[in-house]
Amino acid sequence: MVSAVRAPEIWWNAVAGVLDPEVPVLSVVDLGIVRDVREDGDTVVVDVTPTYSGCPAMRVIERDIVQALQAAGAGAVRVNTVFTPAWTTDWISEDARERLRAYGIAPPSGRAPVAAELVPLLHRTPAVACPQCRSERTEQRSEFGSTACKAIWYCTDCRQPFEYLKAI
Amino acid sequence: MSVPEFLLRLSDDRLILGHRLSEWCGHGPILEEDIALANISLDLIGQANLLLELAGKEEGRGRTGDQLAYFREAVEFRNALIMELPRGDFGFTIARQFLVSVFGILHLERLSQSRHGDLAGIAAKALKETRYHARHSADWILKLGDGTAESHRRVQDAIDELWRYTGELFEMDDLERALAGDGLAADRAELREPWRAEVGRVLAAASLKMPADGFMQRGGREGRHTEHLGHLLAEMQIVARSFPGAEW
Repeated sequence: MVSAVRAPEIWWNAVAGVLDPEVPVLSVVDLGIVRDVREDGDTVVVDVTPTYSGCPAMRVIERDIVQALQAAGAGAVRVNTVFTPAWTTDWISEDARERLRAYGIAPPSGRAPVAAELVPLLHRTPAVACPQCRSERTEQRSEFGSTACKAIWYCTDCRQPFEYLKAI
Repeated sequence: MSVPEFLLRLSDDRLILGHRLSEWCGHGPILEEDIALANISLDLIGQANLLLELAGKEEGRGRTGDQLAYFREAVEFRNALIMELPRGDFGFTIARQFLVSVFGILHLERLSQSRHGDLAGIAAKALKETRYHARHSADWILKLGDGTAESHRRVQDAIDELWRYTGELFEMDDLERALAGDGLAADRAELREPWRAEVGRVLAAASLKMPADGFMQRGGREGRHTEHLGHLLAEMQIVARSFPGAEW
């Protein structure tokens, strides 16, 4: 039973315990997927925004959010999808970026690119440091990786491929 | 009921092209490309799903995105013909992806300013994705155009063959003119020149020739499709139709 006295912090904390199923060192709050948590009468309402349109993890995330809130004592839970503003990796905090690196995934390099031209013919991604040895002598192998949000990079110093969370 | 009809045009373009791209899964020329095409396919099908759900909501007859995707017949699909053409060789797939992605960027830039809030939000998200789809295919246009004699010939043939399907992307009719007048849709005809300029710039850099405009195929927006769509739908819809109500 949700009473007006209980601070919404309890719901925020419950949601902050939900990890991204693909990147289990980041919570859905770290990623900026959760835009708002509030009470509407007896219902806890969570606004989420998708990372990528086709990200299959979104359904799992919605299910996990509902379960986490119910475990924290929420009665009814409603998960809303909001599209504006569109998700950006700029919302990932410094602390979360460091955890990502420690997990072996290079965090987004710099801010999300602002398109200068329609189709850049000589596009350069800012230097991406290898999450293992920190060398910046790395190169992109493919802009597409194991999930929509990651690219495949290669470190020419430690000679290992690694994943990079694309700045978008 | 012109908004749902317009949303179906947008979603069907993405659903059908996304399905065509998914046919490459397991058949890409190299592993990275296999993954790239499957990822782009996933983005497009994801965009289509969001738009179909919205179309179903606007229509108000209780149809879900899945019902719209799996239980409509070919004549009810509203995609442009270019999306349904068989995948062809890698050059053909890349050439189509390039022509369509540049159009997609221009169209989505406008639609992200739509007065329809949900459509604007979906368009803003799809725009980010379409930008890197265009980057990916433009990279390949350069590699194939400037590659071997065979790669050059194949990608030039593909561009030449696809050209007569590009006119439909810029077609306006009373429905979209009315929506554009209300600030909900965009004037596609205005996108033609910027599209030609951008496509021409990349083709020139790849030492490829931009074909002259001639006869243009059309009919997809009214449900008049090539024979290829029926085969695609048969494959795409068979599981949902064999096991109605199944969830996975």
